[in-house]
This record gives sequence, structure tokens and C-alpha cells, in this order.
Amino acid sequence: MSSPVYRFFEWLDARLEPVRERAPRVPVPEPVRQRWQQGGRLWRRLGPLRYLVAAGLMALIPPLMERGWFPILNGTYGQTVLFNTGYWILLTLGLGVVVGLAGLLDLGYVAFFLLGSYTTALMTHSGAPGQFHFVEWPTWAALPFALIVAMVAGVAIGLPTLRLRGDYLAIVTLGFHEIMLEVMNNLGITNGPRGIPAIPTPSISIGSFHYDFGLNPAPYWWFLLIPAIILAVIMVQRLDGSRVGRYWTAIREDEVAASAMGVPIVKMKVLAFVIGASTSGIAGWIYATNVTFIDPTSFPLLLSVLVLCSVVIGGLGSIGGAVLGAILVQAVPEAVRQLSGGNTLFGFDPLTGRIAIFGAVLIIVMIYRPGGLLAARRRRTEMVTPGPESGVVVDDASATEQEVAPADDVHSAGGRST
Amino acid sequence: MTALLEVEDVTMEFGGLRALSEVTFAIDKGEIFGLIGPNGAGKTTLFNSITGVYPPTRGRIVFAGRPITGLRPDRIVQLGICRTFQQIRLFPFMTALENVMVGVDARHRTSVPGALLHLPRFKREEAEGEARALELLHYVGIGRFANELAANLSYGDQRRLEIARALGTGPSLLLLDEPAAGMNPAEKNALRDLIRKIRDSGITVLLIEHDMRVVMGLSDRVAVLDHGVLIAEGRPESVQRDPKVIQAYLGTGAAGDGEAATGEAG
Amino acid sequence: MHCNAALIAPTFVTGLILGFIYALIALGYTMVYGVLKLINFAHDAVFATGGILVFYAFGQWFGIVQPLSGVSLVVLMAASLVIGALASAGSAFLLERVAYRPLRRRQGARLSYLITAIGASFFADYLYQQNFLLGPGKREFPNYFNVSKAFTVFGSVVQNVDVLIVVLAIACLIALDQFITRTRSGRAIRALSEDQVAAQLMGINNDRVITTTFVVGGLFAGIAGVLYAIKFGFVVWNMGFVPGIKAFTAAVLGGIGNIRGALLGGILLGLIENMSAVCVGAEWKDTVAFSVLVLVLILRPTGILGEGIKG
Repeated sequence: MSSPVYRFFEWLDARLEPVRERAPRVPVPEPVRQRWQQGGRLWRRLGPLRYLVAAGLMALIPPLMERGWFPILNGTYGQTVLFNTGYWILLTLGLGVVVGLAGLLDLGYVAFFLLGSYTTALMTHSGAPGQFHFVEWPTWAALPFALIVAMVAGVAIGLPTLRLRGDYLAIVTLGFHEIMLEVMNNLGITNGPRGIPAIPTPSISIGSFHYDFGLNPAPYWWFLLIPAIILAVIMVQRLDGSRVGRYWTAIREDEVAASAMGVPIVKMKVLAFVIGASTSGIAGWIYATNVTFIDPTSFPLLLSVLVLCSVVIGGLGSIGGAVLGAILVQAVPEAVRQLSGGNTLFGFDPLTGRIAIFGAVLIIVMIYRPGGLLAARRRRTEMVTPGPESGVVVDDASATEQEVAPADDVHSAGGRST
Repeated sequence: MTALLEVEDVTMEFGGLRALSEVTFAIDKGEIFGLIGPNGAGKTTLFNSITGVYPPTRGRIVFAGRPITGLRPDRIVQLGICRTFQQIRLFPFMTALENVMVGVDARHRTSVPGALLHLPRFKREEAEGEARALELLHYVGIGRFANELAANLSYGDQRRLEIARALGTGPSLLLLDEPAAGMNPAEKNALRDLIRKIRDSGITVLLIEHDMRVVMGLSDRVAVLDHGVLIAEGRPESVQRDPKVIQAYLGTGAAGDGEAATGEAG
Repeated sequence: MHCNAALIAPTFVTGLILGFIYALIALGYTMVYGVLKLINFAHDAVFATGGILVFYAFGQWFGIVQPLSGVSLVVLMAASLVIGALASAGSAFLLERVAYRPLRRRQGARLSYLITAIGASFFADYLYQQNFLLGPGKREFPNYFNVSKAFTVFGSVVQNVDVLIVVLAIACLIALDQFITRTRSGRAIRALSEDQVAAQLMGINNDRVITTTFVVGGLFAGIAGVLYAIKFGFVVWNMGFVPGIKAFTAAVLGGIGNIRGALLGGILLGLIENMSAVCVGAEWKDTVAFSVLVLVLILRPTGILGEGIKG
């Protein structure tokens, strides 16, 4: 619509109402509430069936890998990478709820993963003779506990800290991760830096069907991950499309207004922490039973930052973004390592150098595509055109606080007294 | 007459600054109560203490016979008080409909399990919430913009959207903080009609407004704050003639404020 | 909790000295926060850069390997401090230019700044970790300054480098205080920390002031980086991480944005940390430091001396 007539009216409009400020127009196509929904129309029309389709497609990956259909990552090595990417998707989905949906920066997310793993290990391992062991439960029995411990930790760390403003929250969560490492290193029950060995692997027995993950080659771990990932995706999508998701969006866009509309801010933020922690509890269980040995060095602080890289580079607030992020952080560097045959690339070691590269990519993404590669559309708009309290230079959390209360009343009171 | 909101001896201090001192008044059910005063008189601070943003330093606020002093903002909304903001604070990248749905959600109870399992209550509340939100958008006159982003609405429509969102929470007391600010005369007239319509539907309105024509024309009773002190209260006509009020607005040489007051009050 | 009484006095002294280093780093956090209301999480990399560049300059390029004395020591010491300070200031400048300024131009969301800072910090750390730079292990710092015992206070050995740290830290703080209160740029920084928009309206070039702030913070971080490397005798790719977090805690403890608060917070944190090592156990050092941070943030989020850049 750039006909001369239209432009004339626009010009006239501007002449006639010079004082009235016009809000910058954010381009939006498409109608109604579907506006922010993801996936093509066909995909949405599939309804709940689409999760089955997705699971089926995912199940095709290991057999294809066995046949060498994937360009670089094949065989047992490919399966390991697949497993790593899989549990990483769970972590990315979980942190995605915290960062992408609730808009909170959590730098210590892997602490929940650590707790899930350690809970599993402590409940199931038999231990060396003379070494401490706890209950020696079957692996499956530990699953709900891994979940619950991670979620309870979400409440425990969330309740005191989620009142803090964003940048403080980041450092405090980082501290929580560090504290968890120190605790695991110093407690006798966790065997300190020596770690917990001999964590049993799960097995499945349904009728005559019996399958033991410990006795079979790697591929089938992926099948344990598929339902977990699908369930996590359903959870995230359903929450996002509900009152809870609306509340998170409201908090992200204007916390003060959200609170005035009856949104229980701290409760919703804690909820985001708990929901986020839940997937890492499951991931922790799968991880511990897969590797069968964990120690504090399995969960370095770096891991928390890498999950954040996944979430942010992949794209905030979207499922596709989480998957892409996990692939970029876990699978791509492995593929590069395979390609380079263990050599360095331009002097960069493929596995440690990736962090340097991801660091640089984070900066570039934030400048040129804030919100990440496959961010949800609303999230992207928010990051490009920040709402009233997201701009750092113009104002900050404390400034908005002032605006709510004394800005109008107290500050100007001094000036008025002439 | 039964008092819906009673403000008793409310004092508010920020550091050494006293923003409100011993303010006492009561709002009756079903009236439009105007709150005026020069800039910096403490009007918004009073709003903030009623809605729980900052609990008052001293004093008591009773709503529908129930003390609400010190309650969390979201609890106060649950009890039936909701507000708009002096500077518009919408959720800019939610559609108009979604903005109002956030308000309507205050009346809903679906939480995580309901949303995860798509329980019947979830489905019912989502459908009802959407219908109610749409209804409210039409009520304030911006139904055709339901799917437009809040950030894209014109200034006057954003004000209306704020009111619709607040109405969504189902308040029995609505607090409007300078709803006419920045509006042109036609929009102001429409706004006056809207506020009356809201009152006639049974909602009590507490109104902060600078535009004297709006506030005097609408309010059943008016209270005047100056320097955090309630200096007058009563029917608009009598308040307008109160020497203390004229003094507060004219001050001793505050020509700017005085001009606005007398010019628009006349 | 049973504190070994004999160890209290000596730990007090070592804690005090550590506190001065924290204070020097904390200045950078505090000044950037003052003007941008933003915590520069990449400041730890800025700190490390100073020490690491001096390691390269003296150890690798100039080949200074044996302890020096007399005039040559003074000259080289000064040179190393200047090189370190300039290297860190340069990296801070680069950080501002490459990462933060484009975000400001685009009005990035608050989250963007934090993520960018983390990206920058990890980029620098893991770049240093690559084999073509420092590699994964500790690297011995050139020992041109012979660290030795100077005297004893309360049964605690004070090294000559400790004296240097305290003297230089106090000198830096006085210099900064003068800079903030007396100079034009200093006044501009204060103006900006009070009110961005008003400062701009008064003709202050925001970008230049922000750059100055980063550079000044970088200078002090660089000096701290060199002193830290001399005192402990090594550099390592992630040497900034722990001191960075500690210094940040110190800044918050004293009141972020407040320069005197940085000194107070640094010293307090150094003391708390070393005392807790004696009373609780060294293996819980980080837990104690972080618990202090959380407690401060919850109980008094504006720190002991309050926020805002003050002379």
C-alpha cells in the first residue's frame, strides 16, 4: 500500500495530529490467537496424532544410523552422539521454560540435572564392599525420586531468589550450581571427588518381552529418550497455551502490570523453575543409568552455560529452537571432530574450542537475531522491541519501581513547592 | 449507604519523605469517587497502597469489611480491586484479546495439571475466558481490534484496552489513574460515557484525573489531596468553591498548576 | 564450628590483602553498573587479560626469566603494570565496542546484555585455553619480581608483593576518587549514572562516557590481574572466573555502583572468606562466599553503603 493517495493521507494525517505520538507499528500478519502458534497448518491439523508421528520419525534414526545412512555420525559412536543430543534436548526444553517462557536467566540450571543424577545413583548403586550404600533400589524406582528431588530443589532455590532482579538471579543461580558441586565433593555419602560407581542400568520386562539396557549395544537408549522428549514437548506446549503460559508472557512483558492484574509473580516464577527442573531430573536419571559412574566433574559449571547456549542460539520459546540448539551444541561439534579426524581446526580443539566459538556466536546472535535462530515469533518481537522495562540504558528494574510509586508523587513534590 | 472501601489514617513514608499523611476517607458502593490534587500530591501513591504495591507505613485499608492492608497485589485483585496505570502498561506484544484474557484469568483456577491433561475445567475456562474477553473488548468499544497487538493500538484505544483488562478481573472497585490523559475532546467524551456505563453496571469507580471537566462532571464525590494531606472532600460543587482547594491549586505563585485548574474547572 | 584461635590473626591479614585485590576488580563491576545499570559478567575476562598479556610479554617475548633488583626491577615492574592495565583496558574497550554498543543501538532487551556478557566471557576464557595460547594447564608466571617475606604481623608472614598490593590498591582508589570528583569525564560519569536522558540533554556524549567507564574499570582490573599473577606465580586460562565472582560479590556487598563500597565489600569478603576457611573448612569456601552473597541480596539488596556512583 504505497500508492500516492495513501501516502498523501499519511502525510495529511501527520499534519493534522502532530502532537499525538504514534506507537511504532510492529508488523503482524495472520489473524487471531493462532498468531503465535508454531508449525504449519497441516502439522497443527494432525492434532495429538502429531506426537505419534514425531515419535515414529525419531524411532527411525537408530536403524538408519546402523545402516550408515547418516553422513558422519554412524555406528556405536553415532549412537552415543544421539544419546547425548537426546538428553541435551531434555535439558534445553527445561531451561527453555525458565529462560524462554518465564524470561528468567538461570546460570546454574545443570545443578538440577546433577541432583537428578545423584539421586538416582544414591538410590540404586550397590557400592564397593565396605563403601556406603543406601537402599539399592531398582533403577525404575529411582525415577520418580530423581524427578521429585529436582523439582523440590527448584522450589528451594527459587523461593528465596526469585524476588531478586534478573542479573542478581543469574549470579545466584550460578552460585547454587557451584555450591552443589562443593556439596557433592565434600559429603561422605556421595563419595566425594571419587564419585559413585556401579550405577545399575534399567531393564524392561513386559510379559515375555525382556530387555536389559546394560546387556545390549547402545542404540536402544534412544528409545528410552523418545517418550521422555515427547512428554516434555507436550508439557511445554500445553503450558504455553494455557493460563500459565499467558501469565509467564505477561510477567516477561511487564511485571508491574502483571502483578496488578492478579498474577502471583513469585509463584509463577517458582513454577517455571520447578517445571524447568522436572525435565532435567528425568534427564539426570537417564544420564546416570547410562554412564553408570558419576562424580562432580561430570557436571562442571560450564555445562550450565552450554545449556544456556543451546536455548539461546536455538531460539527462545520454541520447540524447534530447543532441538536445533541441542544439535548445534552436542552433535555438530562431534561431527566436526569426526571430520577433522581428531586434529585441531585452525588451532581450535573441536570439543573445548566449541565453547569459545559458541561464546562468539552468542554475541552475534544477540546482535543480529536476538531470541535465537528459531525463536518463537512473539519472543523475537519482544527481544527486538523491548517492552517498558527491558531496555537497559533507558531504565532498569529499580527505575520502574520508582515509576510505580514515588516518581509521580514524591520526586516532583520537591519541585512543586515554589 | 455502606462503605465499600475505607481508608483510615493511611501514612506513607519513603525514606524521609512523607508522601501521604493520615489520609482518611470512605467510598460508598456504586459511586464514582474523584481524587484530585496537584502534581505530586500523593494520588498515585495512594493507589499503590490500596492495590498492595507498597503497603502503607501506618494506617488501615478496609475493603468490603475486610482489612486488606499489606496483602499481596494479586490477593487484592482476587478480592475485587483492580487498577489502570497513569503511564499505560499493557503487555505490548500480546494481542488485545490476550491482554484482556490475562485479566480474566484472575477469576480462573486452572493450573498445571489442568493445562497438562486438558481437563474439562481447562477447556471450559479457556473458552469462557476468550468469550468474556471478546465481550469486554466490545464493551469498551475496541472489539474490532481483538487480534491486533496492544502495541499497535492508538493511544486512546490503549487506554480503553487497559480498562477492559482491568474489568476482566471482575472487580467491584475499579481504580482509574488519569484515564483521560493524552486524549482529544472526542475521546474524552466517549471515555466519560464509558465510565458511567461501568458504574451503572454496578462497579464502584475511584478516579484520579487532572481534567477538571471530566472529574467534576463524572464524580458523585470528590476528595482533594495536597502534599499528601486530604484537604477537602465532598460534592464536586462544594469542593470547587473550597478556599483550601483553590489555595492548593493556585499556591503562592504556582501559575502553571492554577491555570490548569481554574481554566478547566470553569 | 570451632575456630583455631592461633590461626585467626594470620588469616585476618591474608584476608585483608585478598580483599584489596577483590576491591580493585570490583571497581570495574561497580562503575559499569553505575552508568549502564548492567552487570558486566565479562569483567572476569578483562581481569585475566592483563595478567595473561604480561605473561606473554615478559615470559615469552622479552624473555625475562630471572629475578631483578634495583632500578631495573622498578622500571620493569612499572612497565608490567602499565602493560597489564592497558591490555585489560583494551579488552574492555573492545568488549564495549563489539558486544555492548551494537546492542545499545538496537535497544536490546535486558536479557540480551546478560547473555552477550556471558558469551564474551566464555569466548575469551576458552580462547585462552586453546593450545595455540595458554593451553589447559597452569603456566608459570615470569618471576622478575622475587616474592619474598617482608615482615611479620600478628604471626602472619607479609610478603613484599602484599605490601605492593595494598599500596597500589589504595593509590588506585584515591586516583579514581579524584577522577570521579575532580575531572570533567568524572562528572560526566556521575551525571550519566544519575540520569541517562538528562545527561544526554545536557550535551554529554553517552557513548564516550560509557567507553571511558569501561576503560577505567579495565585499567584497574589489569593492575589487579598482574598483581594476582605475581602473587600466586602463575596464569591460567580461567584465572578470572573465581576472583571475578568474588569481586562481583564484593561490589554487591558494599553497594553496587558505589566506589567506596567496592573497597569495603572487597575487604569484608576477603576477611569472611579466610575466616570461614579457618572456622568452617577451606573446602566450603565457595559455599560460604555464595551464601554471603545470597544473604546480602535478600536482606539488603542495595549493599552496605547503598547504590549509585559517589565520590
